[in-house]
Amino acid sequence: MHAVFLVCGLIAVAFVLLITVYLIASGLPAIMQVGLGNFLFGAVWEPTATTREPSFGILPFLLTSIYGTAGAVVLGVPLGFFTAVFLAKAAPPKLAAVVRGAVELLAGIPSVVYGLVGMLVLVPLLREAFRLPAGDSLLAAMLVLAVMILPSIISVAETALRAVPREYEEASLALGATEIETYFRVTAPAAKSGIAAAVVLGVGRAIGEAMAVLMVAGNVANMPSLLTSVKFLTTAIASEMSYAAVGSLQRQALFSIGLVLFLFIMLINALLNLLLKRGGKGGRG
Amino acid sequence: MNNPVIETKKLSLFYGAHQALKAVCMAVPERGITSLIGPSGCGKSTFLRTIDRMNDLVPGVRVEGELHYRGENVYAAGTDVTELRRQIGMVFQRPNPFPMSIYDNVAYGPRTHGIRSRVQLDAIVEESLQKAAIWDEVKDRLKAPALGLSGGQQQRLCIARALAVKPDVLLMDEATSALDPISTSKIEELVTELKKDYTIIMVTHNMQQAARISDQTAFFLLGELVEFGETEAIFSMPRDKRTEDYITGRFG
Repeated sequence: MHAVFLVCGLIAVAFVLLITVYLIASGLPAIMQVGLGNFLFGAVWEPTATTREPSFGILPFLLTSIYGTAGAVVLGVPLGFFTAVFLAKAAPPKLAAVVRGAVELLAGIPSVVYGLVGMLVLVPLLREAFRLPAGDSLLAAMLVLAVMILPSIISVAETALRAVPREYEEASLALGATEIETYFRVTAPAAKSGIAAAVVLGVGRAIGEAMAVLMVAGNVANMPSLLTSVKFLTTAIASEMSYAAVGSLQRQALFSIGLVLFLFIMLINALLNLLLKRGGKGGRG
Repeated sequence: MNNPVIETKKLSLFYGAHQALKAVCMAVPERGITSLIGPSGCGKSTFLRTIDRMNDLVPGVRVEGELHYRGENVYAAGTDVTELRRQIGMVFQRPNPFPMSIYDNVAYGPRTHGIRSRVQLDAIVEESLQKAAIWDEVKDRLKAPALGLSGGQQQRLCIARALAVKPDVLLMDEATSALDPISTSKIEELVTELKKDYTIIMVTHNMQQAARISDQTAFFLLGELVEFGETEAIFSMPRDKRTEDYITGRFG
């Protein structure tokens, strides 16, 4: 029986290894051919240009993914953090149960549904509000991503806040601090590694999301600005893979984008593990 | 007694249906040490926590009767609980410094109450640490994390933190029970020094400690204040049979 468990465990490891090896093997050739500098920092992505030389710069995608994620974090983290404080400390138990249930539901909604709602509600709203020809934009993607990362931020931050020993809070209250002062000046700092982990988890979610973003961002390889159509690293792969000719440099370059994305996620996961490990040591750090 | 600092009038406290304090009437005089003794679950810690209204934090708690701090009923509507807690400091059973630097621990209270000036904070931190007899041990590492101190040092730091908001009364909830004998005697020495400036009320499990350092002693049993008086009198000629049984070690 032990052997079965071992094999199952090894299968998971094998998949990770296979994906890593495959991504490196299939992602490197295009980078070699285009040149790492031209690939990462080229501002023009025109893989199918015919009148000119095709161009394979992914800087627009790279920056869009970074800006989009940063925007989602800037919007989502305060909201998520405040919700976590509310759930962990301030909410009456019954209300907390209702809110927590809603947050769990939010986590369970498929990303295509987020995209759909964003497309049908948010995009027209932005078009009206800013008098744009089209509402598909970086801002729309940021807003959708902000909502999508909420559940992970809330649940990880809440767990971290709950783990803070009650004695710290009692000491603060006994000094004449109010409950609110106590939560922000004692509880939250004591839980800071856990809260940082929540933020990093949110970053990971946002940077890897493709479907919802694909439906609201407009998918044009522009350099990012808030109200224009943009293409993310993820959506570049998702939207172009279907028509990139087999064996073409475009197809290979899409694999290279996959490799870049993969490295991003690896980095974020490493950071997350580091933070969680530090958080495990009594919340110091 | 003239102008007691703390005076309770038929103070009762209920946790849901359970009555933890039964019509306690007690007047604590200015300065000196009052110790609260009694077996576990007798209500002495509960009584201590009614004074700075820390029991408010327990769900389902209900208080009847009155508790006066310098003539004002702290359970009256409209009492500023944060101001009350600033004036009535508390030191807990287990040392609970914040996971911050030594300096920030002591400066936490004054900062909370609006003191921002670096010079002022520096002065308060030094003064408080000196009063708590720990300045010499930590003056060269004020920026070091407080959790790196020994248990006894942490408890004296907690006392310094409580003193930093310039309280009037200091409540100590078995503040030495988690410490080794040497740290305990240091704290006892410190408290004996502090009683010149502060009214100290301490819960203790250790009857020798109560006899050694307190001026008044209150004996609680099953939520009732059985006997309250000069420490010497309580320990040499208790009036109540139950007090005598407890201090001679027949139960508890």
